[in-house]
Amino acid sequence: MSSSAPERLDLPGPRREVSGRLPWMLVLPAVAGLVFLVLPLAGLLIRAPWPTLLERLAEPQVLEALRLSLVSATVATVVCLLLGVPLAWLLARVEFPGRRLVRALVTVPLVLPPVVGGVALLLVLGRRGLVGQWLEASFGITLPFTTAGVIVAEAFVAMPFLVISVEGALRGADRRFEEAAATLGASRWTVFRRVTLPMVMPGVVAGAVLCWARALGEFGATITFAGNFPGTTRTMPLAVYLALETEPEAAIVLSLVLLAVSVVILASLRDRWVSAP
Amino acid sequence: MTLRARLVVNRPAFTLDLDLHVAAGEVVALLGPNGAGKTTALRALAGLTRMSGGQISLRGRPLHTLPAESRPIGMVFQDYLLFPHLSALDNVAFGPRCQGVSKAESRRAAAALLERVGLAGRASARPAQLSGGQAQRVALARALAVRPELLLLDEPLAALDAHTRLEVRSRLRRHLADFDGATVLVTHDPLDAMVLADRLIVIEHGAIVQQGAPAEVARRPRTDYVARLVGLNLYRGTADGGRVKVGELLLHTCEQFDGPAFVAFPPAAVALYRSRPDGSPRNLWRATIDGIERHGDNVRVHLDGPVTAFADITPAAVADLDLTPGQRIWASVKATETHAYPA
Repeated sequence: MSSSAPERLDLPGPRREVSGRLPWMLVLPAVAGLVFLVLPLAGLLIRAPWPTLLERLAEPQVLEALRLSLVSATVATVVCLLLGVPLAWLLARVEFPGRRLVRALVTVPLVLPPVVGGVALLLVLGRRGLVGQWLEASFGITLPFTTAGVIVAEAFVAMPFLVISVEGALRGADRRFEEAAATLGASRWTVFRRVTLPMVMPGVVAGAVLCWARALGEFGATITFAGNFPGTTRTMPLAVYLALETEPEAAIVLSLVLLAVSVVILASLRDRWVSAP
Repeated sequence: MTLRARLVVNRPAFTLDLDLHVAAGEVVALLGPNGAGKTTALRALAGLTRMSGGQISLRGRPLHTLPAESRPIGMVFQDYLLFPHLSALDNVAFGPRCQGVSKAESRRAAAALLERVGLAGRASARPAQLSGGQAQRVALARALAVRPELLLLDEPLAALDAHTRLEVRSRLRRHLADFDGATVLVTHDPLDAMVLADRLIVIEHGAIVQQGAPAEVARRPRTDYVARLVGLNLYRGTADGGRVKVGELLLHTCEQFDGPAFVAFPPAAVALYRSRPDGSPRNLWRATIDGIERHGDNVRVHLDGPVTAFADITPAAVADLDLTPGQRIWASVKATETHAYPA
């Protein structure tokens, strides 16, 4: 019987460089694209009035706009979570006729110009709108030109981000865990609460952060639907736009704050969204 | 009978249709090749796969009308599917909680079950921190925690390495012996099936092809798949007293009867000769060597000829006989090792 010598594996030799020169047709536009993306941000940092930065940040209008922005974006995100997570679940887990159409409808605000969204909101929820009329008559609630209106506008624009993110997480989640829970006697609500939701929590968090960032930066729908009143509807982006005409340095400071927030969000999500697979 | 079921599942290009009867305390193994429908059958019992027809009754009550969460079943999944965000204890307590037992009481019951499977010390561990064998035991404890009347196990040992498997298998056997409900387990490993089950049901292409006590199935396979599993050469022929005609070949056997028959003999019972042996054993034929491969400590020779057969011989015999593929050779089997049974 021949002895069974251990199989010899041919280890790969040092990798030979065969790739040749980099094609300038690709490299040049790539560098130009990078500069185009980074330069404006750099400009913001370069032109910032650093010596008076803290002072300007402490101005009451700035703080007011910042507070309003943070509060309304956060409340809008909570609204999106309460409505968007169940919607994502419905799209990912329940077979119903017209599901593809519903999914397409959900993403419309994603591609719709926010100003158009604001107009649409006015038409429906405005004082003479289809639903707004009834809201005012029955409950005395008016949304346009109030902080609640800001929240509605932000939620309208930001919800698709949450729904898409959560639906993706739900589709990616192993449904056999839900089956295992069902064999243990869990109702569908219990399965969702105790198994599905904890397992897609990273997706929900990512979606909520994106949603919050989108709500924070929301401009078009807000100014159209909620107007621009200091203290009630003038959020940071609106304040930036306004300051640019009267006090450019203040606009830069406000912009820096928003930039800082964006960077923090990006950093917190880098593993999920930015890193290459 | 505790469980009586006729399971019918129609899919494009696949139909499952089988009758299943399992007594209380009995362990039945569904054994079959991949794609035979074993897991589909188990999922139909659990209510996870919709049946196209048939019915299931457990202790006389219909089960097929209930959704999965209302069936008195416990299921152990192939890769266990322990909830990754819950501790071992909370995984086991999950079922009782769903049944409305208080949190404290569920955890007490779960702790007792973990103790029973020998994992009292790992109660707070997350599934990711458990070894394969431990995860399997937690999965079993979780399934038992709902006090099921029917226990379903899908390839309960498939995800384990060979060493762990041995230990987990004997533990699992003890736990199944303690369980007083009906047990259906699915496996493609004949050894698991033989060790764990009181009765084997062999499924091929969605239908039962053979069933019986493990020893019976191992001794008297009725399909090529089963013969391969239990390591026997199997032929179908016609019996005439103590002889069975298989194609051109006439095999002398221990058993005497007439009619359609199976003949089986182990590969180790086949002897090979370069020239026609003296004293001429009664079951002798000319064969061509089709292939030679290692098989455990021995060498398995694939024979072509009037019948295709495996012969297991020692490496020394291979050297002595100087066997090469394509070579013509004599093969023989003693009549005393050749068993026939009615087809």
